[in-house]
Amino acid sequence: MQLTGAQALIKSLEMEGVEVAFGLPGGCILPAYDPILESALRHILVRHEQGAGHMAEGYAHVTGRPGVCIVTSGPAATNLVTPLMDAYMDSIPMVAITGQVPTHAIGTDAFQECDTLGITRSVTKHNELVMTAQDLPRVMREAFHIATTGRPGPVLVDVPKDVLTSLMDWHWPSEGDIVAGLPGYRPTTRGNGRMIKEAARLIGEARKPVLYVGGGVLKARAAEALRALAELTGIPVVTTLMARGAFPDSHPQCLGMPGMHGNYTAVTSMQNSDLLIALGARFDDRVTGKVSGFAPDAKIIHVDVDPAELGKVRRPDVPIVGDCRLVIEELVQAVTALGGLEAQPDRTAWWEQLRAWQEQQPLRYQPAEPGEGLKPQQVIESLRDLTPEDTIVTSGVGQHQMFASQYYRFEQPYTWVNSGGLGTMGFSVPAAIGAKVGRPDKMVWAVDGDGCFQMTAQELVTASSERIPVKVAILNNAYLGMVRQWQEMFYGERYSEVYLSPDLPDYVKWAEAMGCVAFRVEDPSDIAPTIEKANSIDDRPVVVEFRTDSSEKVFPMVAAGQSNDDIIVAPDVTGS
Amino acid sequence: MAERKLHILSVLVQNRAGVLARVSGLFARRAYNIESLAVAPTDDPALSRITIVVAVESTPLEQITKQLFKLVDVLKITELDPAEAVERELLLVSVRATPETRGHVTEVVSIFEGTIVDVGHDSLTASLAGRPAKLDDFAELLRPFGILELQRSGRVALPRHDRTARTAPIRKVS
Ligand SMILES: Cc1ncc(C[n+]2csc(CCOP(=O)(O)OP(=O)(O)O)c2C)c(N)n1
Ligand SMILES: [Mg+2]
Repeated sequence: MQLTGAQALIKSLEMEGVEVAFGLPGGCILPAYDPILESALRHILVRHEQGAGHMAEGYAHVTGRPGVCIVTSGPAATNLVTPLMDAYMDSIPMVAITGQVPTHAIGTDAFQECDTLGITRSVTKHNELVMTAQDLPRVMREAFHIATTGRPGPVLVDVPKDVLTSLMDWHWPSEGDIVAGLPGYRPTTRGNGRMIKEAARLIGEARKPVLYVGGGVLKARAAEALRALAELTGIPVVTTLMARGAFPDSHPQCLGMPGMHGNYTAVTSMQNSDLLIALGARFDDRVTGKVSGFAPDAKIIHVDVDPAELGKVRRPDVPIVGDCRLVIEELVQAVTALGGLEAQPDRTAWWEQLRAWQEQQPLRYQPAEPGEGLKPQQVIESLRDLTPEDTIVTSGVGQHQMFASQYYRFEQPYTWVNSGGLGTMGFSVPAAIGAKVGRPDKMVWAVDGDGCFQMTAQELVTASSERIPVKVAILNNAYLGMVRQWQEMFYGERYSEVYLSPDLPDYVKWAEAMGCVAFRVEDPSDIAPTIEKANSIDDRPVVVEFRTDSSEKVFPMVAAGQSNDDIIVAPDVTGS
Repeated sequence: MAERKLHILSVLVQNRAGVLARVSGLFARRAYNIESLAVAPTDDPALSRITIVVAVESTPLEQITKQLFKLVDVLKITELDPAEAVERELLLVSVRATPETRGHVTEVVSIFEGTIVDVGHDSLTASLAGRPAKLDDFAELLRPFGILELQRSGRVALPRHDRTARTAPIRKVS
């Protein structure tokens, strides 16, 4: 069967089971848009290519399937750089297709030519330029294989215009062909049996262990296995910013989020632990604080599918390369073989200590009185109480992100979608749209900052025209709040270029202009009724602007570069 | 700070467009300076061998090799201990050689078993292949005559046959 490259490209997407692609056409990718008219593939036309990338990420986050975006060459490809990097940092499976100038024009500074491969090399897991149409199915299949196996990540396929228009003989390579064609790519999935036994032995000796759970547990779809391990051993669990929801917040063994803005007990449990069982976590500086002062007495069991993570920051006593789900399942067996829960040491003292910390140092804030400005924490708590348990929450980056992670309750995996590694302002609205496309059955709320909202809000036009009913809560504190917080605390209250204004833009009018229903909440008594009103609207996007207290800061906090022992639990109160 | 040591990495890659950029880009991204780099196809034209000499401490080196190993086109990485490897490098040098000094210059070249590959009125070009340290000595002894141009190839290396125990390929940690 003879096909054009463009037809082969779209057919490859169909063969991979892709149901939706996010994109925006232009010169070089034009031929690929023609067969889309005949395809069952749903294409969502974005308003900015960065939005396409974040939508693909949001979709991948909640479905576990690779997100796909299609854009043209030059400026469109460069607009994708931020979401590619975001997906790379957070290990999101994604396939990006970019148009390129015709092969004979490559290297001539042709109109809208750019060195897409060169520019995206360090922000992708892999990228490839397709030089003949005949190669397209193989390269596409390789792209999906690489994006979704091992440590997931973004893969970019750059397709010159003449490759799209030339003819090829259709052939769909088998999985085996793909694996054979990539001799340098053999991710390890099964953990080393001896190491797993050794890990089980260490667990059985630890008096003050902590399960340090990272985003890799979600990527490996290992939430159930984790729960089995936690309950089998009775060990407390902390879930990092990337792993919120991997273990239910309401579970008695859950200590919540560690890190720079983690709660006191989560942070301090790790500091005092004698064994950290790191599962799909990467000892990020936002979790460890000053590395030399991090969990100084803890032995480390480190499980990760990426061998380069083991020993990168902290040398593990027991390194295990493998898929988190498979390794945790084997750990459960190994611990069971040693006698299971019965054989675990007595950890009453440890739990008493943990409960005492929880009681002494809960998350806390001063709620607003009626008539006062809203407290952001109060808004998140209301949202938590008024939304179904399986609601998907996305967030931007800043104070609102930390409040959302701290004060919302995450009971199920894949309900929390945020930009952890890169910290990309503007992530939440497009990510929410992608998430809603992937899980139309679920309620999706974007918790956004006023600063972040202004970076990608135009995608609400996409949401309106495509009838994707996401909900957005803007915590409008009139500031680049997180930066303001640093200036207040570390730059002697010298506020430099962080003021945004509460009413420029007028968020309600802006949202309405983009086809959304919009509300503004200024009084605490209006928070709940407005959220309920928003929840009841299911035929178009809703934006609720909450006017929050500008001076509110995120606590606890471990200042950058400080030891976790120097956690500040509230203004002027240090933990130790 | 621990002492920086020269490490030789022998990296077997698929011979495809852009591979060298991927490999060298990894070093650049982590701000490690490559001392020398040589790349050419192996006897199997589908594969190339890249020999990289880099000065780093051993901890970042481990990270670099692990990151390199993640590249889809990288098949195998061997760290060669200089003491357990044969290394060769090629040097081309143009030296001033006036009628008065020409005899001294050719003497140095012949002592080192180099080859004179080009001769001009008052200069000549010699080539020498050998261990990098020998090339250093050669260049040093020619320097007083006046070096006009000097080009080295960067070293290539392979493990020795009889004592390969300490140069096993760096495998995935597990
Ligand atoms: C693209 C981008 N630019 C700059 C930053 C630095 N930064 C981190 S948080 C923040 C402030 C965010 O402001 P806003 O969205 O209003 O959130 P708030 O902290 O006020 O809740 C900034 C500027 C960033 N993370 N991303
Ligand atoms: Mg703000």
